[in-house]
Amino acid sequence: MIDVNRQGEVWVFAEQHGGLLEDTPIELMSKGRHLADILGVQLGAVLLGDNVKALARKLIQYGADKVYLAEHPLLEHYQTNSYTRIIFDLIQKYKPQIVIYGATAVGRDLGPRIASVTKAGLTADCTDLQIGDHKTTDGQMHKNLLFQIRPAFGGNIIATIINYDRWPQMATVREGVMAMPTPNTDRKGQVITEKVQLSPQEMPIEILEEHTRAKKVDLKAARIIVAGGAGVGSKDNFRLIWDLANCLGGAPAATRAAIDLGFIDHDHQVGQTGTTVRPSLYVAVGISGAIQHQAGMNQSQKIVAINNDPQAPIFDVAHYKIVGDLNEVVPKMIKTIKEKGFKEAIGEGK
Amino acid sequence: MAYNCVVLVKQVPDTKRVTGKAMNDDGTVNRAALPAIFNPEDLNALEMALDIKDRFGGMVTVITMGLPAAVVTLKDALYRGADEAILVTDARCAASDTLATSYILSCAVKRIKYDVVLCGRQAIDGDTAQVGPQLAEKLGIPQITYVEKPVEIEGRTITAQRNIGNGWQKVKAQLPVLLTVTGEANVPRVAAAKKMMKYKTAITPAGVEQKIKAENSHASADEIKELAVQKCSEMDKKGLLIEQWNLDFLKADLTWCGRSGSPTKVHRIQSVVLAAKETKSIEPTDEGLAGMIHELLDDKIIA
Repeated sequence: MIDVNRQGEVWVFAEQHGGLLEDTPIELMSKGRHLADILGVQLGAVLLGDNVKALARKLIQYGADKVYLAEHPLLEHYQTNSYTRIIFDLIQKYKPQIVIYGATAVGRDLGPRIASVTKAGLTADCTDLQIGDHKTTDGQMHKNLLFQIRPAFGGNIIATIINYDRWPQMATVREGVMAMPTPNTDRKGQVITEKVQLSPQEMPIEILEEHTRAKKVDLKAARIIVAGGAGVGSKDNFRLIWDLANCLGGAPAATRAAIDLGFIDHDHQVGQTGTTVRPSLYVAVGISGAIQHQAGMNQSQKIVAINNDPQAPIFDVAHYKIVGDLNEVVPKMIKTIKEKGFKEAIGEGK
Repeated sequence: MAYNCVVLVKQVPDTKRVTGKAMNDDGTVNRAALPAIFNPEDLNALEMALDIKDRFGGMVTVITMGLPAAVVTLKDALYRGADEAILVTDARCAASDTLATSYILSCAVKRIKYDVVLCGRQAIDGDTAQVGPQLAEKLGIPQITYVEKPVEIEGRTITAQRNIGNGWQKVKAQLPVLLTVTGEANVPRVAAAKKMMKYKTAITPAGVEQKIKAENSHASADEIKELAVQKCSEMDKKGLLIEQWNLDFLKADLTWCGRSGSPTKVHRIQSVVLAAKETKSIEPTDEGLAGMIHELLDDKIIA
């Protein structure tokens, strides 16, 4: 058990695969930096792998003060037991006050195992982290705790979770909910190389085969997203979404309902069980606006919603509300945008 | 070679049908206000265990931790083909977070001879996916999370395919292991009519006591106790008494159970409030749409 340690650092687990950092830990560096600055402590990145030292430099550029580096041939591929043991040893040795992980397949496999062995708390799938004070029912005040904020209960409530008596305070954080930091090539930091001893007995799992594929679309990187819901009606009609996305130079996306109906591939899903996006423009077409969908898109800068039901909940988060038949509105929009582009092209030509 | 499977299941509120007062004032879930269902992915875990039993033989034991009302879920598991069902229930389990829950479940699982422990990937009320890995750590066995296909077992070696987000991985391990199973892994079988007939009256000791109290409103506490003991032994002889374990029976260390065993606490619960921002209504006409597109261009939202 790790005691409360107010001088403890803030740590981010720097998940890497094949010598490349995942997006989520990079997103977490900006949040981790912010938390560390509020607490007045250093930000550490925990980097495990084989021959991954080059990534330490990057992590410093993204905001780390220190990189705890553990290299070993047996750490090349993520494995629950070996990674748990190494990180547990590091936590015992350095006593960080906060450890955050990406809520990736790896983070959600590793985090709970570490929480169990450290007997510490872990909150899954956070969408925000803040620092704040908590007063217990018996009047005790706990200052500067990690507020672990997450949707629960199928997205119907937002819970703020804390742990004040057993540390480290740990959380996994959803992919895409924190903004990507820009690297600062002038930043200086320290790389702390840890000696690693691992025996094959600590590797009870043998990886026989692995197949990964790139996502067909990178929704997180898209500046403009046009998303369709079940209201679009059919896979054929979903062509409207593709057309509008194309003429805006954006990416097509969909709700879970539209994906379950087979309108478009799962890679395009926005929402609680899909990708969380924050584009400049989000056009919601035929989307009623279930809370689970809103959770994945309500951070968009501008939201345009098209729906024939004036009471659709999507309008509550929309900046532009268009009540009408999407089969008429979308073609009109495409026409207007194309004409606009045409006029401007002529204007430039003069 | 036969394999014994233990499946951890949970009765959950149907979060897709949230109605009424879903939350208590102290921020905990008001389970009474919601329809309770068998956690969907736990059905996939049960199916995987039943499939192992069908292919190799062995026992399937189902455990749930919860209120006595969770017996419904255990009976459902018996209807679908489980051999044994155990209810872990104790008022001192209340307010357990995932760490305390996994500790209590580990005390229960350790009492059973097992080769494979199975859990659903996650429960739809919390969506944490933490109890499986935490339980594996407490049992000191390897975990294979996100299993998305039926497993192969040969001798003491298990091979499983797991979902790793952007693809899949095939892994091999020696038994015993803990698996967490996704909704894609299989199609859960439905209840069998014969088994429904057989287990229709299956009951826990808590259920027996409740029933006797209701039927003998004037009896003294001692009389009720005596009647309950009688009835339980009667049901047990018929193979219809569902095991019920409390924390004393499990010899659980109470400091690791319930509120004291839970490092995470709720600071605040908020209902989801939709962002109240200014919404501009646009007429679905050429002029209306052109005006909106102009604004978006002026704001440099679109280029």
